[in-house]
Amino acid sequence: MTDTELRVSKIQSGTVIDHVSAGEALHVLKLLGIDGTEGTTVSLGMNVPSDRMGRKDVVKVEGRELSDSEAEVLSLIAPEATINIIRDYDVVEKRRVERPTEVGGVLVCPNRECITNAGEPVDPTFAVLDDGLRCEYCGDLVREDITAHLRD
Amino acid sequence: MRHDHLLTAKQLSRADIETVLDRAAAFDDDPAAAAERHADALLALCFFEPSTRTKMSFETAAKRLGGDVIDMGSVESSSVKKGESLADTVRVVEGYADGIVLRHPKQGAAKMASEHVDVPVVNAGDGAGHHPSQTLLDLYTIREHAGLDDISVGIMGDLKYGRTVHSLAHALTNFDVHQHFVSPESLRLPRSVRYDLHEAGAQVQEHDSLDAVLPNLDVLYVTRIQRERFPDEDEYEAVAGEYSITPETLEAAKDDLAVMHPLPRVDEIAAAVDDTENATYFEQAHNGVPVRMALLDLLLDDD
Repeated sequence: MTDTELRVSKIQSGTVIDHVSAGEALHVLKLLGIDGTEGTTVSLGMNVPSDRMGRKDVVKVEGRELSDSEAEVLSLIAPEATINIIRDYDVVEKRRVERPTEVGGVLVCPNRECITNAGEPVDPTFAVLDDGLRCEYCGDLVREDITAHLRD
Repeated sequence: MRHDHLLTAKQLSRADIETVLDRAAAFDDDPAAAAERHADALLALCFFEPSTRTKMSFETAAKRLGGDVIDMGSVESSSVKKGESLADTVRVVEGYADGIVLRHPKQGAAKMASEHVDVPVVNAGDGAGHHPSQTLLDLYTIREHAGLDDISVGIMGDLKYGRTVHSLAHALTNFDVHQHFVSPESLRLPRSVRYDLHEAGAQVQEHDSLDAVLPNLDVLYVTRIQRERFPDEDEYEAVAGEYSITPETLEAAKDDLAVMHPLPRVDEIAAAVDDTENATYFEQAHNGVPVRMALLDLLLDDD
């Protein structure tokens, strides 16, 4: 049993996101809407040595299981990530993130003139391209720094 | 053509385009044949931005098909002024009409509107996004003058914000067309359009001056460079002067070059050009009626 797995087993229930690209852990928290004020118990490992990745981040969130849409967006900022769902100290589900063809609800379009930024009842939706994202409404491309467009 | 809505030119295949243009040609040849095709149809015109040609030609097209229009009127006199959302507006209008023609300042507005209604939505301009019905009449005009294959088309002016440019560029990728984009550096094509042209394998070149490319062109599509795109008046005047057309400019062009413009023009095509054989822009505007008749005929058809 490795040190990382040992730490995983210490969570009573919640989610452990392992193999996050080094330096992306805080973006993962932003994606999950966690800023520390909601009382969730969170542990972070940043730049942890990893056989597979050299360095990686690990995020542990107690009392919360990652939704499918959150996992989809996670795949864009941490394509190597593995998600461990923990219940009663056991890993009940372990899966890799899968790159979706479309993501919606968690990112905002960078184009201020896009209808999704006009107060209308519409969820910004993005097509996932090989090298970025594309707004399904205005067609704008997001290629750099996807995490800068996470919805607050 | 099997589409519920017309939202962008990107959705149109070559076959779709040819279907619309062929039907437009048939209406052009025999306007009487169209007279009662949609006798009960009521088309809603929802223009959140000013329009002359687009709105009037859709109205004319609906009436020439035997139908009629209802007009939202200006934003100033509508419930939009009270803060009503576009989504609510189109849901209400859907109950009144068989189709909605929508112009709106926000990009993607027509797509969003189409998700809230079951009647066809035609995008008549969404900010700096798309204007596909204009593109269909542009293609009709190009086909009449030069054919749609094995031609060179120059597109000049405000390529960044010009929605007619974006839609035309997309549509031309369906044909064997070499596209030359002529503009100042600051008004070049947006990244999203370049991406699509690249993905489509389009033959594209960009130029900062018309001089080198003009002699090779079969069509020159001129667009207006807007004053508000420039930080100061002097810079605007300098750029606008460089991207304008006079009879002297055309001396270097092929005799049968078709000069087109979506209109309105300001100074970018001198009035003296109107008297040349090259001036095609008024004919282009007139083509809006048969082309929009064909488009409405296809979209309103329940078969």
